[in-house]
Amino acid sequence: MSGRVDPAAVAVGDVVGTRTVRVTRADLVHYAGASGDRNPIHWNDRFAREVGLPGVIAHGMFTMGQAVNVVTDWTGDPGAVVEYGVRFSRPVPVPDPGEAVLEVTGVVGAVDAEARTARVDLTVTFEGQKVLAKAQAVVRL
Amino acid sequence: MGVNAAYAGRTYPPTAPYVVGREHLRDFARAVGADHPAHHDVDAARALGYPDVVAPPTFAVVIAQRAEAQLIEDPEAGIDFSRVVHAEERFTHHRPIHAGDEVTAVLHVDAITERAGLAMVTTRCELSAADGAPLATVVSTLAVRGADA
Repeated sequence: MSGRVDPAAVAVGDVVGTRTVRVTRADLVHYAGASGDRNPIHWNDRFAREVGLPGVIAHGMFTMGQAVNVVTDWTGDPGAVVEYGVRFSRPVPVPDPGEAVLEVTGVVGAVDAEARTARVDLTVTFEGQKVLAKAQAVVRL
Repeated sequence: MGVNAAYAGRTYPPTAPYVVGREHLRDFARAVGADHPAHHDVDAARALGYPDVVAPPTFAVVIAQRAEAQLIEDPEAGIDFSRVVHAEERFTHHRPIHAGDEVTAVLHVDAITERAGLAMVTTRCELSAADGAPLATVVSTLAVRGADA
């Protein structure tokens, strides 16, 4: 199902949406439980430091999962995402106490009016630096 | 001891079906901030043409990572999980996963390459429904640091 976005009205460079994601340790514990990824680098500072990290870091899949929401909000149909890939370029340390703030922006990178698909390029930054590279989602319109 | 490159090209037998539960989907959606009603409300999902609440675009990783454990937890494969960093992930959705699906995964080890003390392990999980219909292809690349890196 699709059709909320008219492909003829979509242009490369259009901003499809933005989101600010505030990440706490509680969010990582929730993701660990919901996803089954209970690697202690995502909740145990001592373990994270022992393996050479600055401290607890967010699951890459947590960040990937959060980022695509701007695409789903735009199309109005979560099932319209037919392709989604990222490279994890920087870890996101999550302090305690405190929070890590991620800024997500989605921009149209390509449109195929005949196939009724669009590619959305996602930028996710933490403290001004990109944490995902080549983050692209292809959606049916 | 490094990653065992002889595992490249290996294909595992299909996993036992993973039954996708409605409450689990809702909880996963909350965990990634996916507040679209089609993840939470059955009527909203049906209005979009799905039989039940639909999975967020990255939910398939839950099933894929369980399948990948067949490789990662095999001591002969030589993957030290405390030295693993997730490098890449890609989903291709053939049909959206929804609550009630019984999903089988077939794990393929597509490539194991080594460079500069880093082993790159690329796996591919082909997920399919109980009727055999393809659901998703999940390609994951892990970077494993060597003992000296």
